[in-house]
Amino acid sequence: MSRSAREDILARISRAVDGAPEVEIPRRYRATARVDDLVGLFTERVGDYRAIVHVVPEAEVPARIAGIVAGRRMVVPDGLPAEWTPPDASDAGPADPYTADGVITGCAVAIAETGTIVLDTGPGQGSRAQTLVPDYHLCVVRADQIVAGVPEAVSRLDPIRPLTWISGPSATSDIELNRVEGVHGPRTLEVLVAVS
Amino acid sequence: MSATFIGMPGNFPKNSAQAVQNSQLRYNLRKATHTIRGKRASVVGELPDWQELRAAGKAIKDETLRHLDRYLLQLEEAVTAAGGHVHWARDAAEANRIVAGLVKATGEREVVKVKSMATQEIGLNEALAAEGITAYETDLAELIVQLGDDFPSHILVPAIHRNRAEIREIFLDRMEDAPPGLTDEPAALAEAARVHLRERFLRSRVAVSGANFMIAETGTLVVLESEGNGRMCLTLPETLISVVGIEKVLPTWRDLEVFLQLLPRSSTGERMNPYTSTWTGSAEGQDFHLVLLDNGRTDVLADEVGRQALRCIRCSACLNVCPVYERAGGHAYGSVYPGPIGAILTPQLRGMGSELDASLPYASSLCGACYEVCPVAIDIPEVLVDLRAKAPHGAAERAGMRVAGWVLNDQARLAAAQRAATRLRGLVPRRLPGPLSAWTDTRDLPDIPEESFRDWWEREG
Ligand code: SF4
Repeated sequence: MSRSAREDILARISRAVDGAPEVEIPRRYRATARVDDLVGLFTERVGDYRAIVHVVPEAEVPARIAGIVAGRRMVVPDGLPAEWTPPDASDAGPADPYTADGVITGCAVAIAETGTIVLDTGPGQGSRAQTLVPDYHLCVVRADQIVAGVPEAVSRLDPIRPLTWISGPSATSDIELNRVEGVHGPRTLEVLVAVS
Repeated sequence: MSATFIGMPGNFPKNSAQAVQNSQLRYNLRKATHTIRGKRASVVGELPDWQELRAAGKAIKDETLRHLDRYLLQLEEAVTAAGGHVHWARDAAEANRIVAGLVKATGEREVVKVKSMATQEIGLNEALAAEGITAYETDLAELIVQLGDDFPSHILVPAIHRNRAEIREIFLDRMEDAPPGLTDEPAALAEAARVHLRERFLRSRVAVSGANFMIAETGTLVVLESEGNGRMCLTLPETLISVVGIEKVLPTWRDLEVFLQLLPRSSTGERMNPYTSTWTGSAEGQDFHLVLLDNGRTDVLADEVGRQALRCIRCSACLNVCPVYERAGGHAYGSVYPGPIGAILTPQLRGMGSELDASLPYASSLCGACYEVCPVAIDIPEVLVDLRAKAPHGAAERAGMRVAGWVLNDQARLAAAQRAATRLRGLVPRRLPGPLSAWTDTRDLPDIPEESFRDWWEREG
């Protein structure tokens, strides 16, 4: 009987590496970055991607959200904190992402050094389709969710959940290397950083 | 349907001589490579621990390769436990058969694709077409390449050899729903692609992807992208089929903390690419299939010198600093893997039986710039020299002697080539370093000056 591809490949690998030396992994890079002003660095870096970013005292977040989304039909994912839920969203039920104007979410973690927001489909973050299909994404980041660098973010995240790391609006540089924002993902990313 | 590189005729010197005559191509390439290289340098410079990340990245990959069988089994177990299905493919034909079978089982005749080098390597689109299945590329550059019946020319920006006017022509010609008043503004062209693909994303029930990384410990796959077409393909269709080279596995979730720093900064020169998606098995109820592809990789793994090429994370930094690539263009390499990495990977994956593949180890001046920027420290010059020694005489000489003759006839160039070669940390064999700098065999290039190639490049670059 002929061997399966799996057995063949595994056998070829073990022959190929037979006698190769063992390898030590030096992890001398920064496990944690020292950043004094996490909110300041995060907002600067998000802004570099041409996203819109505001720093807002926690108590003022509901009013800011209401102002920003007024007139827009927003997807409001399950588990979004009540105080972040736009005033007129509740009666209509959750908007269909395929016809809505935008989506509002929280996030799982945010990274200052890279200006990145990570969604893990947890409460208030929506399904992957809900945060992808609408053309506008409003994301509320609590200041205590911001970590300095990539290693801290990786260690906080659960790989079993589907993750979407977002660094600015979708973009392409495929035409003569000119950056164009907004191809298939939301063309506008707006970030509210809630500080206490 | 875009063409496939498999069996492409010619050889590197001949192909590159054609490319250097094309001034549009050279202008585009020069602009692109210099721009990205500047961005890369500035974001790499921001990280005080870049060399430590690079050392860790290299070692993690080496450790993975050392125990690749074990990690693949661990990966298989984790993906299966999370509701996914794992398939193994010895070669391109087997992988294509598996994918075609999976698509047919869904009853669909169309798939959307997110840019993947592995599926280009195996000629998947053509194989699916032969089975009556249409594969739609969704990355803007891949769409341009596919609509134009063309070949990709750069790992990161595959349509960089096309200018905006050509792209407009291609769209008007080949895209049935292109707006008649389409201008050649990049924003207008991107908008036309957005509208064109939107329906397709919402309609498609099967997607095919590759992956940048697979995590053995958790069974997680990772895709980095910019446009959001990746998210569309990975998220919306009911069935997702990912075709991934076996060398893409990483042992632990934690290892991503290294590679999510190394890859975006080396590739697009950004602190982070716009979107990174990770998923484990059947995410949000999707039917998920992982096809693990060998296709020559275990041969590469068996070579003590050459196996380091399997560390490659396809960032394309080595293309952007390569003086040969900049002038020869991506097509001259006759493979989906152009530039310095292509020069060492293609001959190892395909063997050096053809004139083209045997000429690839000579597609370099051995200046070493590729090694310095490589985020996983692949010593490309070392592998090139080793491959030159191994190239079968007949094929290499048929490809090389023409250029070698030219090099030998020109004492100044020969001297320059030898000086460049002698700087190479004692890697160069005592015999002549082969037909170096074949790409300069054309009128519209300056002579190589009386200095080392490297010095010249740094001065001119
Ligand atoms: S060889 Fe190194 S620099 Fe070149 S694409 Fe691969 S990882 Fe990047």
